[in-house]
Amino acid sequence: MSTSTAFEKARAEGRATLVGYLPAGFPDVAGSIAALRVMVEAGCDVIEIGLPYSDPVMDGPIIQAAAQQALDAGVRTTDVLRVVEAVAATGVPTLVMTYWNPIERYGVERFAQDLADAGGAGLITPDLTPDFAPDWIAAADARDLDKVFLVAPSSTDERIALTTAASRGFVYATGIMGVTGTKQATAAGVAPLIARTKATTDLPVGVGVGVSTGAQAADLASYADGVIVGSAFVRTLLGHPDDRPAGLAALAALTEELAGGVRA
Amino acid sequence: MSSTYDADTFGWFGGTGAFGGRFMPEALMAALDELDVAWRGAMADPAFTAEFERLLTDYAGVPSMLYDATRLADSPGVAGTGTRFLLKREDLNHTGAHKIRNVLGQALLTQRMGKTRVIAETGAGQHGVASATAAAYLGLDCTVYMGEVDTERQALNVARMQLLGAEVIPVKSGSRTLKDAINEALRDWVATVDETAYLFGTAAGPHPFPSLVLSFVRGIGDEARRQCLELTGALPDAVAACVGGGSNAIGLFAGFLDDPEVAIYGFEPGGDGVETGRHAATIFAGSIGVLHGARTYVLQDEDGQTVESHSISAGLDYPGVGPQHSALAAAGRATYLPVTDAEAMEAMALLARTEGIIAAIESAHAVAGALRLAKERPGQTIVVNLSGRGDKDMGTAMDWFHLGEAGEGA
Repeated sequence: MSTSTAFEKARAEGRATLVGYLPAGFPDVAGSIAALRVMVEAGCDVIEIGLPYSDPVMDGPIIQAAAQQALDAGVRTTDVLRVVEAVAATGVPTLVMTYWNPIERYGVERFAQDLADAGGAGLITPDLTPDFAPDWIAAADARDLDKVFLVAPSSTDERIALTTAASRGFVYATGIMGVTGTKQATAAGVAPLIARTKATTDLPVGVGVGVSTGAQAADLASYADGVIVGSAFVRTLLGHPDDRPAGLAALAALTEELAGGVRA
Repeated sequence: MSSTYDADTFGWFGGTGAFGGRFMPEALMAALDELDVAWRGAMADPAFTAEFERLLTDYAGVPSMLYDATRLADSPGVAGTGTRFLLKREDLNHTGAHKIRNVLGQALLTQRMGKTRVIAETGAGQHGVASATAAAYLGLDCTVYMGEVDTERQALNVARMQLLGAEVIPVKSGSRTLKDAINEALRDWVATVDETAYLFGTAAGPHPFPSLVLSFVRGIGDEARRQCLELTGALPDAVAACVGGGSNAIGLFAGFLDDPEVAIYGFEPGGDGVETGRHAATIFAGSIGVLHGARTYVLQDEDGQTVESHSISAGLDYPGVGPQHSALAAAGRATYLPVTDAEAMEAMALLARTEGIIAAIESAHAVAGALRLAKERPGQTIVVNLSGRGDKDMGTAMDWFHLGEAGEGA
């Protein structure tokens, strides 16, 4: 199922879409499935599952710590696909956010097929741009998978056009020039990028990187079609290392706050 | 001077999609394009290349000499093989390594682009020292990222960088070595790209860095080729260099790539021995993957997670390698072989005792490899890149050889 259906549904309700991220295998495989299901129940419209990677260039210390915890516990690419299958079974469009090397190593065709078989919607690729992605584009197109590429405040208009032309599902606009979980994005800061992106495509545009509160989500939702949150969810779970029920309760509360934000 | 082994305009070595490319966040694409345009423009501008050459000559002490190491050739085990070792003395450059060539080029380019701050990553610290030096000389702010493990084993170089006015940031994530310093520098760059240039320390990373770095260090090979012809009347039979990321090696190799009669050898850090798994022999024992922006040989597990490398030399302790080396290996133009920590340390001591030259442990890998070549194929003239001096490695040497106590030493 393409994530665009979730965006269309939200648009019909006159609101923005809430996209929630957690790395697979954090705090462990079963725990990540439980956490992601809580996020679905509490109001996430789209789920983004991180594939833990040893060298996450776009991630700040919070997500890197969670991913490293998953890797240290032995999480494998096949575990990520198991998490996808469990979350996609809820009916919510489920994407994998992944750095490129694990996919090359698994085999691009094989991963695309296994992702499709697991019910996954597609990939978000933070270190793969369309101009270096011919294999992925072909594999995704053959299976109707979403290709969510990123645009950044530094992108030229020409590169934005190149990126949106190759994207499917939605376009991921990075809210700040920086890595995840560091600075806060603002509507004033990201509005020009959203406008430049929308000038090239009818695809929905989601804003991620630098979003953590309901008020911020409300602010950004007036410009963007979707709000993408990652580090804040991870931070919430990291804050309850020894009390899983309390962690899940806090996660539900944060999701509800953000879901309220996109409806404000 | 271009070679048939150069990258195409998209940064691919060995054909589209083979090695190299640019696997990077979109946020950095504009900066990489800007760098590419600025670099090509600079290299085509006689005023820029003249200023670069002037700095190399007047400030860095380049061209470095090509030294005929006859005492090494007469050493036990090699004497009688008729081998001639010609050492390219990059250790005599200002700051003690080939790195100053690359950094002066990139720092001049930074000035030309109107940026005021440079960042760098460093392993052994030679690139960090060179970056801090060039920044001081050209009036740029400088921040150097260095794995926490490396700040401990290379404390002298940390102090040198600080004295030169650079801020040294110890990186505590991952393996706390060069690989993680690169990750952290890239994160800094994403957030500060408007005013900051990233002085990449080796001929690896996303396009155009492999080609850009080569353009600034290729003088090593061009000089060595000319000097060898002047000294011996012929080209060498072989050239040899150590390969971590591979900038000193690609600089030397570039001078000989289009001379098919010259054999090319890269010596990789074999650590405790490739069979132990504790090594950094990326081409010899790795597999093709994407790391730090390029498709190249990588040390990785079956899920594509980077495997931690090991080398006694902090400067070679890297699980990736420049993509041009991968392409040269795949094409069979160059041969990459591992040298263990023990072999390198033995060569370091031998060179010190026979020639009075204390080489960097990196460079000692190349010397060890050349000694092996001498025994395997007698009668060769081998150009060996002595890429750096060993002052920074004295702490490691003291531990290895139990030096600093009264007695005979190694």
